Amino acid sequence: MAMQSSDVNLKQEELLNQQYRQSIGWNGKTLKEMREETDRLTAQSGYYAGLRELEFKQSEPIRYEKIFSKLRGGLVHARETAKRVAASPIVEQEGELCFTLYTPEGDSIVTSTGIIIHVGTMGSAIKYMVNHNYEENPGIEPGDIFCNNDCHIGNVHPCDVHTIVPIFWAGEVIGWVGGVTHVIDTGATGPGSMTVGPVTRYDDGYQIACRKIGHDDMLFQDWLIESQRSVRTTKYWLLDERTRIAGCHMIRDLVLGVIAEEGVDTYKHFSREVIEEGRRGLINRIKAMTIPGRYRQVGFVDVPYRHEDVEVPPYAKVDTIMHAPSEIVIDRSGKMSLDFDGSSRWGWHSYNATPVSFTSGIWVMMTQTLIPNDRINDGAYYATQFNLPYGSWMNPDDIRTAHSYAWHFLVTGWSPLWRGLSRAYFARGYLEEVNSGNANTSNWLQGGGYNQYDEMHAVNSFEAAAEGTGASAVKDGLDNAAAIWNPEGDMGDMEIWEYAEPLLYLGRNSKPNTGGFGKYRGGNGYETLRMVWGAKDWTMFFMGNGYVSSDCGMMGGYPAATGYRFEAHHTDLAERFAKQLSFPRGGDPRPAEKVYEKDLKADVKRDKQAITTEAIFENYDLYLNYLRGGPGFGDPLERRPQDVEKDLNGNYLLPEFALKVYGVVFQQEKNGHYRVDVEQTAAKRLEMRRERLQRGRPTHEWMREERGRILKDQASTQVRHMYATSFELSERFLQEFRDFWDLPEDWNLYEKDLDMPTFGSHHRAVNSNKIV
Amino acid sequence: MAKYDKATIEELIDGTIDFFQLKEMLSSFKDPGRFDTYLEILQERVPWEDRILLPYSLHLYVVQKSNGQRIIKCDCGHEFCEAHDNWKLHALIHVRETDEKLQVLYPELLAPDPQWQVIREYYCPGCASQLEVESVTPWYPVLHDFDPDIDGFYEEWLGRPVPQPSGKSR
Ligand SMILES: [Zn+2]
Repeated sequence: MAMQSSDVNLKQEELLNQQYRQSIGWNGKTLKEMREETDRLTAQSGYYAGLRELEFKQSEPIRYEKIFSKLRGGLVHARETAKRVAASPIVEQEGELCFTLYTPEGDSIVTSTGIIIHVGTMGSAIKYMVNHNYEENPGIEPGDIFCNNDCHIGNVHPCDVHTIVPIFWAGEVIGWVGGVTHVIDTGATGPGSMTVGPVTRYDDGYQIACRKIGHDDMLFQDWLIESQRSVRTTKYWLLDERTRIAGCHMIRDLVLGVIAEEGVDTYKHFSREVIEEGRRGLINRIKAMTIPGRYRQVGFVDVPYRHEDVEVPPYAKVDTIMHAPSEIVIDRSGKMSLDFDGSSRWGWHSYNATPVSFTSGIWVMMTQTLIPNDRINDGAYYATQFNLPYGSWMNPDDIRTAHSYAWHFLVTGWSPLWRGLSRAYFARGYLEEVNSGNANTSNWLQGGGYNQYDEMHAVNSFEAAAEGTGASAVKDGLDNAAAIWNPEGDMGDMEIWEYAEPLLYLGRNSKPNTGGFGKYRGGNGYETLRMVWGAKDWTMFFMGNGYVSSDCGMMGGYPAATGYRFEAHHTDLAERFAKQLSFPRGGDPRPAEKVYEKDLKADVKRDKQAITTEAIFENYDLYLNYLRGGPGFGDPLERRPQDVEKDLNGNYLLPEFALKVYGVVFQQEKNGHYRVDVEQTAAKRLEMRRERLQRGRPTHEWMREERGRILKDQASTQVRHMYATSFELSERFLQEFRDFWDLPEDWNLYEKDLDMPTFGSHHRAVNSNKIV
Repeated sequence: MAKYDKATIEELIDGTIDFFQLKEMLSSFKDPGRFDTYLEILQERVPWEDRILLPYSLHLYVVQKSNGQRIIKCDCGHEFCEAHDNWKLHALIHVRETDEKLQVLYPELLAPDPQWQVIREYYCPGCASQLEVESVTPWYPVLHDFDPDIDGFYEEWLGRPVPQPSGKSR
């Protein structure tokens, strides 16, 4: 075989490297060789790095646990300390940061508390550097600092910025530490960290692709200048970066201390075993808490981009629905596979996700249910098999995709998994673990401009960290309590938000009827009415589900209420304040009654369009931030009448729904107190059951009619668009659909036949070979 | 390892368990004996004699008939179908696909838009209990939520054979 001249050059370069550089992996290997070896050993044996026995843990369990506790405690401590450096309320108040320790080849060993979705994303960035020969160029040396926020390399959305630092011991990389914070702005087309405007990567803001940004523990001057000039909120950006670096360096010191005490070989061995232990831990938990078998569920969320208040390029003006069907298969060995076959295609919006955000982020949810302990590392990943269809929204086949609010889809795709697992918990009698689902974690109040201090500013209100939670099989969900991505949720103090945002509070109320009804109801959401105050050149927008509920109830419970928006412009509030007239305050319990408009003259938008792009907000304009409720569990007719009475007296339920949905007959006493009549309620409920038997039809009979509607194409364009993109990606899903509805063998639905732009649908074959 | 008496599990099933006890239960390691206690209570409570192999859903059970057949059965006595089949296909359905029907459940503007999503309610033909609700797009195939591997669960995870149809008494 003839040798080409370029090959000769390459050889010479390699020779030079061998002469002058020593490899930085273990035992003379390069990091890339280490990566390949670990993957090979894991694949061959089925055990992480080929560890069939946990020798260290078995022979010296106390020493093993001591090392684990030191590392884990140190990581948690570093997070708590470092977050005080930050000024951003997202980091400092809401705790949206996380630190993780990795092996030299990028597998996570132990992680702190916080946004642990990143347990794998920074590992993915490390693997990228390992596989792209960073060891040679730009070089990996003690004291180096790297930065990444590129989603296709390893991230959820660009606002999660990673700082990654190698840890050296005697000339070898002994591991890496990564820190991540959710920054408030990335310089995207719209202000705010999870903005709506972007439809491509090039609108998504500043992209840092595994870049060396410092050496000798110092940041490069050109990096400091460029990064400061690329985002809107420079002060927060700078302090967030210091937070990450401080935490990484604290953890580096911690690891070096552990090695000094325990010896480097012990540490190396420990770091391997703890991952294998994590893998086994998940399998044990699955066997202890679930039932082998097959679980199927689905999630949907709306992408209503044809509306006039969504200003995007013409090819992105598409109304569609995200489709996330999932199948959990638990086999007899306790291995779990998660299959998302049938998912809809990625799109021209900022809700696309990457495979690593999926495989890594799923643990932020699983730690609240299946593995509620501190042993979160890549072991769980190695114990799970994923099928994320290539070309779907969770595995785009095109580098152009935008990701700034990937959570819009991720939350909706994951929540049904929790419901699936809950069926297993229910069957085993672990009723306390059942969760009927999760709220759509919105609205996201975002925007920016010049704030009340005349500084350029962007806001992203993390009031969304306190949604209603799903009902369990033994009690109601919690009201305004948490978010699926942050179990330590906190709505934050109004005073802090008013300090951070040029938006005054005219109300903050629990919102009735927003949790799903059921024997146990979902937790209600809440709402805050904000008035713009002291701002200049200010814009805001809405981000949340509007036309659909993004999760379902369970075992007879209903899904949570959907979203809507209220905004008011050109108001007469200044005049009202001057004349001491009444003005809108408090909640908006019956949106169609327009209670705010009774004390207001303004141009009001009040509708189901809960996703918008930047709109101008002048001082005295109003914005309603409505945070959603959680789904319900069980038949509402089985809810204890006294619990409905409590709902009524606590303003959690609008009275007319007590009768309509719960079948509860009640009276209001003179003092305003509601009292339920138990006997009349029993009679009413019997009557409602009879009504069900009358209106209910055999499912097979209804299916014949629905089949007729399918054959006649009777569904909205957005619904058909969703199916068309799913069918295009999965022959299996299409065939299952045809089989279920008994459709002709050649029945299909094509995107090109719909009245909708089809950019992005033609390049699949071409792109499928391109993504690295 | 935690262990709970029958009375505690009864309170759990009835939703009357004390909040702090429930919280403690959530934080503790799981009690491996739970399944048997749970099954015993449920078996005592149902008004029929068929043996429960697995609690399937609120009101629904996979039971074993005397001829060995496994079926999905409601606690009211209504028998839906063979255990691997989708019971929803043998239920009564009510679809809320208009604003009017959806606004029985949610105030206007808080309800799903039927052009995007419908709500499907599944009732037991025997007792009219609402056993499941689906919120899906129009045309969506009826979901088969759960198909348990009962043999695998008993034989490999519980380490004992699936009970035989010879009788209810153990
Ligand atoms: Zn029944």
